[in-house]
Amino acid sequence: MSAIDAEALFRQRAAERILIFDGGYGTSIQKYGLTEADYRGALDLAKDQKGNNDLLCLTRPDIVKAIHTAYLDAGADMIETNSFSGTRIAMADYGAEHLVRELNLAAARLAREACDEAEAKDGLRRFVAGAIGPTNKTLSISPDVNDPAYREIDYDTLKDQYREQCAALIEGGVDFLLVETCFDTLNAKAAGLAAREAEAAAGRKVPLMMSFTITDMSGRNLSGHTVAAFWYSLRHLKPLTIGVNCAFGADLLRPYLGELSKIADTLILAYPNAGLPNELGQYDELPERTAELIREWTNEKLVNIVGGCCGTTPSHIAAIAKAVAGAPPRPIPELPVVTRLAGLDPMHIAA
Amino acid sequence: MTATQPTATFINVGERTNVTGSARFKKLIMAGDYAAAVEIARQQVENGAQIVDVNMDEGLLDSEAAMVQFLKLITAEPDIARVPVMIDSSKWSIIEAGLKCVSGKPIVNSISMKEGVEPFLEQARKCMAYGAAVVVMAFDEVGQADTRDRKIEICERAYTLLTGIGFPPEDIIFDPNIFAVATGIEEHDNYAVDFIEATREIKRRCPHVHISGGLSNLSFSFRGNEVVRRAMHSVFLYHAIPAGMDMAIVNAGQLDVYDTIDPVLRTACEDVILNTDPGAGERLVELAEKFKGTDAAAEKAAEEWRSWPVIKRLEHALVKGIDAHVVADTEEMRLEIAARGGRPIEVIEGPLMQGMNVVGDLFGSGKMFLPQVVKSARVMKQAVAHLFPFIEAEKDENAKGKGRIVMATVKGDVHDIGKNIVGVVLQCNGFEVIDLGVMVPWAEILKAANENHVDMIGLSGLITPSLDEMVTVAEEMQRANMNLPLLIGGATTSRVHTALRIDPAYKGPVVHVLDASRAVGVATALVSDTQKNGFVSQTAEEYEKIRESRANKGHSALIPIEEARANGFVIDEALKPAAPAQPGIHVYPDWDLADLRDYIDWTPFFRAWELAGNYPAILDDAIVGESARGLFADAQAMLDRIIAEKWLTASGVAALWPCRREGDDVLITTEKGEVRMPFLRQQIAKREGRANMCLADFISPDGDWIGGFAVTAGHGIDEHLARFKATHDDYSDILLKALADRLAEAFAERLHHHVRTALWGYAPDEQLTNEALIKEQYRGIRPAPGYPACPDHSQKPVLFDMLGAGEATGIVLTDHFAMVPTAAVSGFYFGHPQAEYFGVARIGRDQLEDYAARRGVDILTAERWLRPNLD
Repeated sequence: MSAIDAEALFRQRAAERILIFDGGYGTSIQKYGLTEADYRGALDLAKDQKGNNDLLCLTRPDIVKAIHTAYLDAGADMIETNSFSGTRIAMADYGAEHLVRELNLAAARLAREACDEAEAKDGLRRFVAGAIGPTNKTLSISPDVNDPAYREIDYDTLKDQYREQCAALIEGGVDFLLVETCFDTLNAKAAGLAAREAEAAAGRKVPLMMSFTITDMSGRNLSGHTVAAFWYSLRHLKPLTIGVNCAFGADLLRPYLGELSKIADTLILAYPNAGLPNELGQYDELPERTAELIREWTNEKLVNIVGGCCGTTPSHIAAIAKAVAGAPPRPIPELPVVTRLAGLDPMHIAA
Repeated sequence: MTATQPTATFINVGERTNVTGSARFKKLIMAGDYAAAVEIARQQVENGAQIVDVNMDEGLLDSEAAMVQFLKLITAEPDIARVPVMIDSSKWSIIEAGLKCVSGKPIVNSISMKEGVEPFLEQARKCMAYGAAVVVMAFDEVGQADTRDRKIEICERAYTLLTGIGFPPEDIIFDPNIFAVATGIEEHDNYAVDFIEATREIKRRCPHVHISGGLSNLSFSFRGNEVVRRAMHSVFLYHAIPAGMDMAIVNAGQLDVYDTIDPVLRTACEDVILNTDPGAGERLVELAEKFKGTDAAAEKAAEEWRSWPVIKRLEHALVKGIDAHVVADTEEMRLEIAARGGRPIEVIEGPLMQGMNVVGDLFGSGKMFLPQVVKSARVMKQAVAHLFPFIEAEKDENAKGKGRIVMATVKGDVHDIGKNIVGVVLQCNGFEVIDLGVMVPWAEILKAANENHVDMIGLSGLITPSLDEMVTVAEEMQRANMNLPLLIGGATTSRVHTALRIDPAYKGPVVHVLDASRAVGVATALVSDTQKNGFVSQTAEEYEKIRESRANKGHSALIPIEEARANGFVIDEALKPAAPAQPGIHVYPDWDLADLRDYIDWTPFFRAWELAGNYPAILDDAIVGESARGLFADAQAMLDRIIAEKWLTASGVAALWPCRREGDDVLITTEKGEVRMPFLRQQIAKREGRANMCLADFISPDGDWIGGFAVTAGHGIDEHLARFKATHDDYSDILLKALADRLAEAFAERLHHHVRTALWGYAPDEQLTNEALIKEQYRGIRPAPGYPACPDHSQKPVLFDMLGAGEATGIVLTDHFAMVPTAAVSGFYFGHPQAEYFGVARIGRDQLEDYAARRGVDILTAERWLRPNLD
């Protein structure tokens, strides 16, 4: 199946109804109570691998696929690959840099298989988004308080590493590339450009999706950008979806979606956490509550695609799918032609 | 709808962080003093630069490394990084290195066809990939465009090429080259005219592009003569902006107001720029001699106070509200005191309080007015902010100011201009103010009072439901067995209400504070060992007297509601307005602020600052005139920026619906079905021939029309208020809020005018001056829920629902029906020529019960809504 079909189908379905994205992977993986041996499998690696969730694509593909399938059964139109940390720089923490290509290929194939099997059952095309996390390094912030100009990584290196991940995901068969949990806008710009370059090199259309993460109550991400400034910084990449994920529950994300909804002339994907974690770091919000809050978004026509992030489970996704069934999708607004620039804040110059 | 067209804004690009343009910046960069260089960027943004231009093109410098270093450093400064960056270099490699450091969406300055089309397009493609707007110089393989025609030709060609590769036209900024004039060379005489004319034509031929230019080139011949240069720049912009120039690389702090330029100089500059005659250049050169150095002389005189002893300087800065040197002076004072073994707190207790006492005395004796006091407070706050770390470092648990007060705008209410003013005035007088902000529930107020061991609590509110909430706070204070004095203030509060409703609810002292100037006296008395008891018992007696006289006097008689209805107002059916030209709902998401400016009613603005008098007479008032003029000038300057930089967005909705009257209700046919809107009727016994009015009287029972509206000018205000808060700038904070309120009222006036002349259209030819508008010399009224003719605030949600106002305007209602943003107005339109404003005033139990039934609510709810109108 060609990717042009994927984008066209996706857009067509998004015009008809709210689409459903999947939920958290960490929470689901935790439930299996995996040990170091499960993570490590037969691989010869120097460092401990427990917690290296992406590695499970190679060592416990059965579990990764089972989670994909659970989300598809819950009603997801689109799932993401289990490759959030699939860059060289993130894998370095586990001494697993050399596995980046293999891991992303496997991640893409597993998700693809799960989707194809679901489609075979009911005839409904499902979509695979290749998940690309922010990495654990930032291009905008100095980790050295005495040298604010210092950076742990430079733009070209980071972009190359994103490019490597994107290429493997595309090769593995993803429909889209999802640059998510963007706490640093410059990282996101580098990832977006890498995705565009990988797409051009692969010779097939793999639309880009991007998702912003608020890191404080003032509504900015870690690099200090408001959601509008973030969008203006990335709008040139012409993403298929823009959105917000992680950080807060659906209730606290609502105002930011309200803002984004008005200024984004593209589809909006949003996937909140299951509320805020309790003092033990666990998420208590029940599926019905998450669903009810997301239903409020759709009442205001703020979103096109919804799902869940940290703490959400297939039950949450099923409840969300049920709650938004029949709700009207957000119409994509037509924006006036004005110059949109951004520092940490957005800026308009009237034409 | 022409009024919703976006404002043609003009963008100042800060030029000081440019090694080719600023000797000081160059020196710092060459010396590697990046910390000081970053401060220059900060100053530029503070002075109003909306974009920061960074240029490191210097032969002796590793320009690429310098660009990267500097951009990374300013990324770490939110005050600077909030605005977009302009990466400025003549070398592409430097630009690209910069693009890899900038996280927002920057502007590249510049690319051109100098080296041919291919490299030009290659660089443009990269700008698209990185996500940057671009300045395109009018330069091609042949050379730099100098004449009008060459400028147009090159820009149009570049436009076609760029849009051909999918470059967004709105991200193209042309720089058609500003060259020096009055150089003595005849060929240069027409350069300014060429630029202006080319600008107009490029804008016409190339939709959505912007035009920019580097202004300093223009006056190159007058280097060293700042007065003439500034005048030339201002005059040039005066002509180039209307032609379409919308951006300039300029020192924002150094532009003169066109009207304030010496008229002789202005004419001479104008002649040069417009190239009126061959002698123009020579005339300006001659005249320029006269202005040489005048700038410096004037500044010297103004700076004379700088040579005074530091203690006098601090006093002067406080009284005059000058904040330029206050941190340095405070530090000098601190060191002086430290040298003789004193402590940092003594700077506050000694010189600063002395200065503020002078301010307080001047204010108390009516020689200084609130706007100046707030400016003084800003200076004080900056001084205190500087001292704070030193004071903290040697923390003394025993240190306590004059007294400590916790202040809050009560739950359900969001208005805080008055509260902030009182807070500032109290702080000026040595009180420590803990400001809990707006919409504060009673539990938080009590908690903050207990935790901070305050000496008193101050409550504020503007809307009538807040009166009830204040009673609740008083009751809860009583329940908690507190004994702290409770201060009551705000526009709807009164001595009578405080005496009748709040004072009886709480056994501790309750005092109504009429305005900010009384706050200090009241607060001082309440913390004074000697005065407190006397003051408290005196106030309590006063309130007791009010209660007694209310009880004895009785009220003017009320008549039964049926009798009042029989004495209703009868309209002349023949004068009923025709059906609207454009019925239904009309949404205006972004009304042009510049258009609203002319509709501002300034008198209430001065009232908000406690300056009594009517505009414009107040400006020449013998007593408050000087203060009013200063305030007015500051307001105008801020209004210029509000409009030019679009600080605020004005959103509104108006609707006209068919309706008919049924008793005291109006049945309105909306898009969502029929809505019953009950109104209240005057019930006070009237003299023969005077009607007992009700708004429903102005609607015909046989079919008629009614309108509704909601407008706000408050969107976007929060980020600017946050900015002012961050710099302890209460003056600007209050000024902006007051201006937003005025713009919202102006919007209501403007929209009503639009309704009368176009949407409803019953007065298509109406021609009224703003003065006449303010005096309401037009036909029809627009009463607002919560105001005297329809005092029930709870009509607002019904009205909002009919209008779809939440979605259309973004205004939300609190649970006590206050509108957020606070700069908002909503109401009904009545078009009948006999419709007039009136006050419902007190109503009887019979109408209350009847109204509750008509509204479909229980009697207790209705009682709560209408309490101010009940006995």
